[in-house]
Amino acid sequence: MLGLMSKRMLLVIPNLIGVVIITFLLTRALPGDPAAYFAGPAATKEAIEQVRVKLGLDKSLIVQFGRYVADLGHLDLGNSLTTGQPVLTELKNRLPASAELTLFGLILSMVIAIPLGILAAVKQGSWIDHTCRIVTTAGVSLPVFFTGLLLVYVFYFLLGWSPPPLGRLDVFFSPPPQITGFYLIDSLLNRDLATFRAALSQLLLPGFTLCIFSLAPIARMTRASMLAVLASDFVRTARASGLDSRTVVLTYAFRNAMLPVVTTLGMVFSFLLGANVLVEKVFAWPGIGSYAVEALISSDFAPVQGFVLTMAILYVALNLIIDILYGVIDPRVRLEA
Amino acid sequence: MTDISLSPQQAAAVAKAPSNSIFRHARYIIAENPVTGLSFGLFLFIALCALIGPYLVPYDPLASDTMAALKGPSLHHWFGTDQLGRDIFSRVIVATRLDFIIAVSSVVLVFAMGGLAGIAAGFFGGWTDRIVGRISDTIMAFPLFVLAMGIVAALGNTVTNIVLATAIINFPLYVRVARTEANVRREAGFVQAARLSGNGEFRILLMHILPNIMPIMMVQVSLTMGYAILNAAGLSFIGLGVRPPTPEWGIMVAEGAGNIISGEWWIALFPGAALMVAVFCFNLLGDGLRDLVDPQRRT
Repeated sequence: MLGLMSKRMLLVIPNLIGVVIITFLLTRALPGDPAAYFAGPAATKEAIEQVRVKLGLDKSLIVQFGRYVADLGHLDLGNSLTTGQPVLTELKNRLPASAELTLFGLILSMVIAIPLGILAAVKQGSWIDHTCRIVTTAGVSLPVFFTGLLLVYVFYFLLGWSPPPLGRLDVFFSPPPQITGFYLIDSLLNRDLATFRAALSQLLLPGFTLCIFSLAPIARMTRASMLAVLASDFVRTARASGLDSRTVVLTYAFRNAMLPVVTTLGMVFSFLLGANVLVEKVFAWPGIGSYAVEALISSDFAPVQGFVLTMAILYVALNLIIDILYGVIDPRVRLEA
Repeated sequence: MTDISLSPQQAAAVAKAPSNSIFRHARYIIAENPVTGLSFGLFLFIALCALIGPYLVPYDPLASDTMAALKGPSLHHWFGTDQLGRDIFSRVIVATRLDFIIAVSSVVLVFAMGGLAGIAAGFFGGWTDRIVGRISDTIMAFPLFVLAMGIVAALGNTVTNIVLATAIINFPLYVRVARTEANVRREAGFVQAARLSGNGEFRILLMHILPNIMPIMMVQVSLTMGYAILNAAGLSFIGLGVRPPTPEWGIMVAEGAGNIISGEWWIALFPGAALMVAVFCFNLLGDGLRDLVDPQRRT
């Protein structure tokens, strides 16, 4: 198992190198003269030259790349122009909000999609199967920001069940003392049920928006792989040996059918991390996505670059975890390593 | 020699047979799955809107009329009016062209880039394959929408760059399909025959392999069209690319987003619904085309 893990980690290195090269190229592809841009609109020629030397833009591209990597090594992503804060600090402060939202959405969607996919496969052709098909086709066609707005309209404006879509916590509550940064967990650790309920009610709508979005690939994959497993020999043998269908489906078929689903999670995360940006904008969620969007609108590039790099590194790490998880679930992968 | 030459009538019959059978097969697919037929019809409707819609709409999509601002759907304004009193129906129809152009041009671009790179990788193997594979692996290492944001932010906030970014994030998908298909045909009989009759490798690639994998690539095109529209609309929703007051579905939803909490649902709903219908149509169309082209993967 350790061998597999270290082998897989080695494979991550070329990916990370590629990511760093691309983000570097993106910083250097800024339209116009970056030195003039960073010096500000009122800068004189000498000031622009000074900034150019200070940023190292007068050096060759290779030297600039070396400096960029060295800065990354010091965990320096530059400063935001609008707030003057180091980008890394702001990303770190805002990351828990995004992580809580994304994970909540993913867990919700797995709780709904996996049983739906299993039922659709077991009762192929029934109304559950048709529901599954409609849900998956509609799920991939709905723009995620549009779903979010529809949910806000129905559950906030029409029904009034949900608080206004403005951030993680109502203004009357103060955030729980930071332990994990996840409001749901922190408030529970603090035994503050009122805050927990308030945080949950804010989280439900954006969470469901992400859930609807990621439902489709998970449900579709669960159904397809369940169908393949149910048609296999060992399921037939298990049935023939007189095991009741509950045991066959839930114990034997389910575990084997989970393998392709775990693989799809990588793709689901790619969608989720992107959709997260849009959902954060709709719900004024104070995560790293809305931070990047605000920076984009004010043409403040350091935070955007930092955001893209952070997301890419997170995504590479998530894929690594998924691969290792795959090895945990499937003993055959372990034997191969 | 005479026994294998065909009479003109026979030749015509032979030439006609494949197109006839494709037509019959298409009719069979549509009859078997009415949803595919529906999606073909819907596609024609969207294309028509993009082509002649701007000449037919009742109002100027940019003309504001503050007297009629924020009115719900009525007989005069079918989809209602927005904050500036602009007619949403006209704006939704006019926007079709821009969204359609963005999606089509980005798909054409990635078709050319990814398709050719993929075929070359699959056909030549070796270093070509390794380099193309590394590039698409690196793109896949990013969450795709986030990479698109980064590209548009870096290259400049224009519609052209939205097209480019959408093409780049779809690049690995096209490479993968084209590479597999070209690799399968690398040593096929017709390729050997072409090589024996003295064709160069590039000529074989372009004249023999490319036409052969065209149908499968076309399926990929219609499957990614929906995603391209969603991606472009998402970028303009967060304020990239298209600038107001240009009518575009994503930006129109963004303009209506603030009014949702005060109950003016129609501003965001109709452009959002148009977006949804277009994406839905392309996805169904892709499934239908796949049935047509590749009977084994029938859904």
